[in-house]
Amino acid sequence: MVLIYIDQADQQIKKSSLEAISYGAALAKQLGVSAEGILLGTVTDDLAGLGKYGLQKLHQVADANLNHFDAKVFTQVLTEAAKAANASVLVFAHNLNGKAIAPAVAVKLHAGIVTGANSLPDTSNGFTVTKTVFSGKAFAQINIDTPVKVISINQNCFGVHTQEGSCAVEALSITIPAASIKVTATHKVEGEIPLTEANLVVSGGRGLKGPENWGIIEDLAKVLGAATACSRPVSDSDWRPHHEHVGQTGVQVAPNLYIAVGISGAIQHLAGVNRSKTIVVINKDPEAPFFKAADYGIVGDAFEVLPALTAAIQKSKA
Amino acid sequence: MKLLVCISKTPDTTSKIAFTEGNTKFDENGVQWIINPYDEWYALVRAIEMKEQDPAVTIHLVTVGEADAEPIIRKALALGGDEAIRINIQSNDSFVVASQIAAIAKEGAYDLILTGKETIDYNSACIGSMLSGLLDLPYVSLANQMTLNGNTASVKREIEGGEETCEVTLPAIVSCQKGMAEQRIPNMRGIMAARTKPLKVVEPIAVQATTSIKNYDLPPAKSGVKLVAADNVEELVRLLKEEAKAF
Repeated sequence: MVLIYIDQADQQIKKSSLEAISYGAALAKQLGVSAEGILLGTVTDDLAGLGKYGLQKLHQVADANLNHFDAKVFTQVLTEAAKAANASVLVFAHNLNGKAIAPAVAVKLHAGIVTGANSLPDTSNGFTVTKTVFSGKAFAQINIDTPVKVISINQNCFGVHTQEGSCAVEALSITIPAASIKVTATHKVEGEIPLTEANLVVSGGRGLKGPENWGIIEDLAKVLGAATACSRPVSDSDWRPHHEHVGQTGVQVAPNLYIAVGISGAIQHLAGVNRSKTIVVINKDPEAPFFKAADYGIVGDAFEVLPALTAAIQKSKA
Repeated sequence: MKLLVCISKTPDTTSKIAFTEGNTKFDENGVQWIINPYDEWYALVRAIEMKEQDPAVTIHLVTVGEADAEPIIRKALALGGDEAIRINIQSNDSFVVASQIAAIAKEGAYDLILTGKETIDYNSACIGSMLSGLLDLPYVSLANQMTLNGNTASVKREIEGGEETCEVTLPAIVSCQKGMAEQRIPNMRGIMAARTKPLKVVEPIAVQATTSIKNYDLPPAKSGVKLVAADNVEELVRLLKEEAKAF
């Protein structure tokens, strides 16, 4: 049985978990086993409706104490749940919480793990998972050599797929261990799309000349419904907040569309964005190295191109 | 207060990535090795800052690797660790690596174990989490700020769309990312001191690997950028919608 961990925040199931369900359901079909989910805590989503992503059964530990993420507690509860359900493969989203617990759960289950998988495993001869390595510069095909297997999948690598279906919800009773952390403050950036969950990203670099010029980035992001991001020099100069910095040492993103404006494309920046499906580069320097990594490009002045592009997208959506 | 900082050796970001032996082995020819930036800039430098604030802090460094990892660990000592342990085994299996570090951690009774958020070669982000599973310790991942108050640490970590601050009772494990500290360059005094700091080599414990690398591939080359004239943004919108199906 394939057991999919369904991650929630603020009592809402995360989009990356819907993708994990779609992936887990496809893997279960490939292996000829059932696709089941495990949800910790209580959510406001329609749980039976998770069947439309391919989930057949959901195990829920409906204890409100689990509405706050605690890596140690979640690891123990998930380990128990996986053992109780006799799961042969566990699937996680390779998101912030997935990174925190999937390897720990793997250790507890004596399972081999591949994090950041790109596609369904090849199960024709063993169990081989492909993942990106060297910050997107290569792929590795890795065999998981243990009876129980754990995979976490990169966001946007598989997509969310829907079908007809409804899933059964079963309460699972597990003793919740004592909390290992105490959350003292939560700060959410209001009104912005979180960069790590974004499908579309508009990113600005030094070519924009100063923080006062970010309106054209924000306008384009707004009309697209995109998150905003920036290059390292921009966040280092405090033109933009650090959480917007994408690149090797900042946030790594993998959206459907990454629009880079006034960013030259240093190798450290590319390492954070090269898993994006489509890359658009807008730069007035035709020699900018980013063009080599781009799918589409415009050589031009951002201050002219961006407002025109924003208007054209608005028109195309009208 | 005893800190253990996990140090990994990775190819420099600008290294050419190539493979040998029928694409089953990373080609180390001409590769410049560095301390994994997340381990160095964030985990190690934050540990050093803590020691500067409180001289009662001792910092041990641990690396899992063969003798060719020594220049990296010496550089880490030059930045500021007190002593280092090298576990003499090369492995690409996260479980093997984490098990070796866990064995050292059990022996050393550390109050705080710091890792980088991931390495820039295998990008697995596994070691901190695996250590928490192996040692049954609290784990705070993707931290960008941390302060010590007696036997607790106050840690700020990234969550989707924001940050949360939490208190964790030590011993604990924290993985570090941007924001934690600023990059430093070792000074001459540090480099001289590092030569005589203890670097203990220990033999690995016996652990069965859980994964094996079958082979590597390079991504297909981009077919080349499609340039659109600056005064024809409508064409770009059309391509993005119809060809790339990007929105």
